Amino acid sequence: MLNTKFTPQTWPEHPEQATHEGKNKYVGIWIFICSDIVLFASLFATYISLRNKGPAGMQFTSQELFELPLAFVMTMFLLTSSLTSVYAMYHLKNYNFKGVQLWTGVTVLLGLGFLALEIYEFYHYVHIGFGYTQSAFSSAFFTLVGTHGLHVIIGLVWMICLIVRNASRGLNLYNAPKYFVASIYWHFIDVVWVFIFTVVYLMGVLG
Amino acid sequence: MSHDTEIQGRSQSQYEFDRRKSAVQMRKQVINFAIMIFLTFVAFATVVADFAPTFIKPVILLLAGIQVVLQLYSFMHMDDKHAPFIGVISTFVWVGAVIAFTFFLAFNTIIWW
Repeated sequence: MLNTKFTPQTWPEHPEQATHEGKNKYVGIWIFICSDIVLFASLFATYISLRNKGPAGMQFTSQELFELPLAFVMTMFLLTSSLTSVYAMYHLKNYNFKGVQLWTGVTVLLGLGFLALEIYEFYHYVHIGFGYTQSAFSSAFFTLVGTHGLHVIIGLVWMICLIVRNASRGLNLYNAPKYFVASIYWHFIDVVWVFIFTVVYLMGVLG
Repeated sequence: MSHDTEIQGRSQSQYEFDRRKSAVQMRKQVINFAIMIFLTFVAFATVVADFAPTFIKPVILLLAGIQVVLQLYSFMHMDDKHAPFIGVISTFVWVGAVIAFTFFLAFNTIIWW
């Protein structure tokens, strides 16, 4: 059953929900996401409380530290990767395996672009003396944004594994839910980033 | 594991109808994406335009809220009424949001002040 070969016509309309296993995965990823919401909530609350707080005479403030153009480009990368992931799910529905692989691949590339910019940003901050242990502000900042970056890395490894492992398998009801769940996870990463660019970067520049 | 699954081929007309339906859905997703990009532009623009912070802060938080709800209900398919346990999922997500707000409130009023 899980290895049945399909044609576009026999392919179910909701392939991710067609099997019992697929339904379990669907609910499972959401339960994970709900617990992740709470994790990020605690990190956001900590960051908001500790923003600009540190040893007396600390020369770093969020107003001077953050660069809006960089944050804007990173936002565009991640937001666009969300759309390409939707395209992958569109092709999943239409039983077009090449489309799924291609658009998941584009999503990975955009995610890598985002990650490269984030690594550059962190490297720059550490280089000018704003390291993890520099202040309560820096610890809270790196923990919050770094945890998000870790989620991005996990998402990228996940999608690369899917692309490579299923390359010769083709689409079936065994791997359709896997692609779908990875896509939901990727959108969630974007959801968290929306709050990061608003709360950390935009409100940080405002002071 | 999968004995409860029944696969039935769709009739030609049903198949064409489903194809069209998912194409229409995809167009809607692209429109949603355009709205999200627009909201992001507006958020960055209000900050760059240098309005009063007391005005900007609630506005950009509201824009972020709208964008996240769009993500959840369109890209993440929380509007799919037939998804398994979608009621439980929605409840969990919104309770998660309430807990998130409680964190924010507690950390900023009780723990540090």
